[in-house]
Amino acid sequence: MNGLRRALRSGTEAAGRRLRGGEPGVLPVVVGVLVIWSVFQILNGNFLAPRNLSNLSVDIVGAGMIAVGVVFVLLIGEIDLSVGSVSGLAAALFAVLNVQHGMAEWLAVVIAVLSGAAVGSLHGFLIARVGAPAFVVTLAGLLGWNGLMLYVLGAGGTVNLDEDSLIGKLTGHYFHEVAAAYGLAAAGSVLCFLVYYRDRRRRRAAGMSHRPLAEIAVRTGAVALVAFSAAHVLNRFQGLPLALLAFLLVVGGLDLVLRRTRYGRKVYALGGGGEPARRAGIDVVRVRVSVFMLSGTMAAVGGLFLASRITSVSQTSGSSLLLMNVIAAAVIGGTSLFGGRGTTWSALLGMLVIQSIASGMSLLGIQSAVQFMITGGVLLAAVVIDTVARRTRREHGRA
Amino acid sequence: MPVPPLLALRGIRKRFGAVEALADVELEIRAGEIVALMGDNGAGKSTLVKVIAGVSPADEGVVRWEGRTVRVRRPHEAHALGIATVFQDLALCDNLDVVGNLFLGRELRRAGLLDEVEMERRTRDLLGSLAIHVPDLRARVATLSGGQRQTVAISRSLVGEPRLLLLDEPTAALGVQQTSRFLDLVEMLRDRGVGVLLISQNMGDIKAVADRVAVLHLGRNNGFFDVSTASQEQIISSITGVTSPPGATRRTAHARRGER
Ligand SMILES: Nc1ncnc2c1ncn2[C@@H]1O[C@H](COP(=O)(O)OP(=O)(O)O)[C@@H](O)[C@H]1O
Ligand SMILES: [Mg+2]
Repeated sequence: MNGLRRALRSGTEAAGRRLRGGEPGVLPVVVGVLVIWSVFQILNGNFLAPRNLSNLSVDIVGAGMIAVGVVFVLLIGEIDLSVGSVSGLAAALFAVLNVQHGMAEWLAVVIAVLSGAAVGSLHGFLIARVGAPAFVVTLAGLLGWNGLMLYVLGAGGTVNLDEDSLIGKLTGHYFHEVAAAYGLAAAGSVLCFLVYYRDRRRRRAAGMSHRPLAEIAVRTGAVALVAFSAAHVLNRFQGLPLALLAFLLVVGGLDLVLRRTRYGRKVYALGGGGEPARRAGIDVVRVRVSVFMLSGTMAAVGGLFLASRITSVSQTSGSSLLLMNVIAAAVIGGTSLFGGRGTTWSALLGMLVIQSIASGMSLLGIQSAVQFMITGGVLLAAVVIDTVARRTRREHGRA
Repeated sequence: MPVPPLLALRGIRKRFGAVEALADVELEIRAGEIVALMGDNGAGKSTLVKVIAGVSPADEGVVRWEGRTVRVRRPHEAHALGIATVFQDLALCDNLDVVGNLFLGRELRRAGLLDEVEMERRTRDLLGSLAIHVPDLRARVATLSGGQRQTVAISRSLVGEPRLLLLDEPTAALGVQQTSRFLDLVEMLRDRGVGVLLISQNMGDIKAVADRVAVLHLGRNNGFFDVSTASQEQIISSITGVTSPPGATRRTAHARRGER
């Protein structure tokens, strides 16, 4: 128990130090989610009901996938305003090819995703190689690709998708077996423990500072608590949603890429301005292009999930409201607008904040006008935190 | 046949718009030799370093590496030859930590993933051997002091076991003791056969460690000196452009430019 107390104390001290040093991490947004959930639960007892939370977990996936790509773009200190339109374009391509031209579903999916990658690469080329500002290039993309989507959709304007098709199952399929959700929670917790534990063992063998076992226990315990609670709630409704599983795999996988591969290190390095990275021998142009390509790809993937959720593609797909939401999600989740800091998890956490507000408001029957204002306020708060944190870091840095 | 120098530059020319930053510059650095590069502010020293490092390639001129003409028009081409650089502006990635900066572009991997533990261990050992204390190797370098940042940049240049080290005013932010330790280290590297180009404004340091001095004045060679025989006054007057010693270069600085 003594060790546990020490671990808790060292944990809170470390968190305090990070906050004062301008490294807030995920703490503010986690607290934010808890506050939002408490408030809505008090206002409406159905908010925390399994059905609502399960729907919430599927509702965040489409925009969340897009936000993951936006996180990469923000990390290199750029912006991509085209992701909403690109997601709509990809969904429209899929719908028209599959439903109207009878193309095999898998092939239409591949073409839709590749078109997102191609569009992103084009933006990346114009920005990184030609040197045009990302703001303008992707603003042109916002307009242009939306236009192309309307053109592709043609006169009809709306294409309905089949609920039982592959694309319908993306957000419609649940793993009803109780073991699925619990198994995922267990796998996540064990993985978390193993990563910490092996890191500790190697660091100790090398005579370096390492986490005390009690701290590892506390951290793993926290992860397990969240994971098993979520699994429990999901199992009380329909089970583990396929969409949520896919989202977690994408977020976790790309987190690994960002933090544990050379490519990811290059992405972070670009966030410190291009020149130091270039002098370190990094092919800056290539990394930039690849990041915009990833952003376009994730936009297309997200577009397919969004289409799946409403089983249709229409002229309102890929609206600029969607764009606002995904950029807001990345920032609310803790990815800096100034480049160089953030993780893919901020897409998940930020989307959770935004979607929780939306879901709570609709439960309460409040109009979207109020919802926009509140989401806007949250985004503003996130940007203020980001900016203040950056200033704090600077003052600490050069003092 | 004599051993060709590690690095030989011939007729290096570089302009920035109307400014001729380097004109007809030559330089030779042998393995196991410390060459000091001196010159007033704006003489073109940093520009020359960036040319050799492939950061900002020359407009004209030849670069030879061990007698072979080579292409160093991009940083990684210089790295591939074994050229490591401490830039005057350090060129650190502010948002990466100390370990990340040291290994940027040549990260160690284990089973395909970054081996953070091994990189941190080597960072610790390297900084230890330089008697450098950085409180937290996982601190982003933006949070370090000027001297600490400089030591990070110096350590980074040593990670890949370089064959030629370009040091652009590397001790400017260091204290007296750190500077003398650093100079010991540079001598040790020289004795191991590393070629060193050392830019410094400090004549004492140069006298202490350099074998030869090359002087630039207004972007042109303005004399080469053997440290053991040349007097301090000779070197200084060459730096300020009062003299352009005979035989210093094949084409000495223009008289028009020599006087000011
Ligand atoms: N990127 C650049 N653009 C324009 N002029 C430059 C640039 N870099 C250097 N110069 C000019 O080249 C000359 C030499 O500069 P530099 O090599 O930094 O001198 P030193 O390092 O010897 O003090 C100066 O006149 C400087 O203004
Ligand atoms: Mg200089």
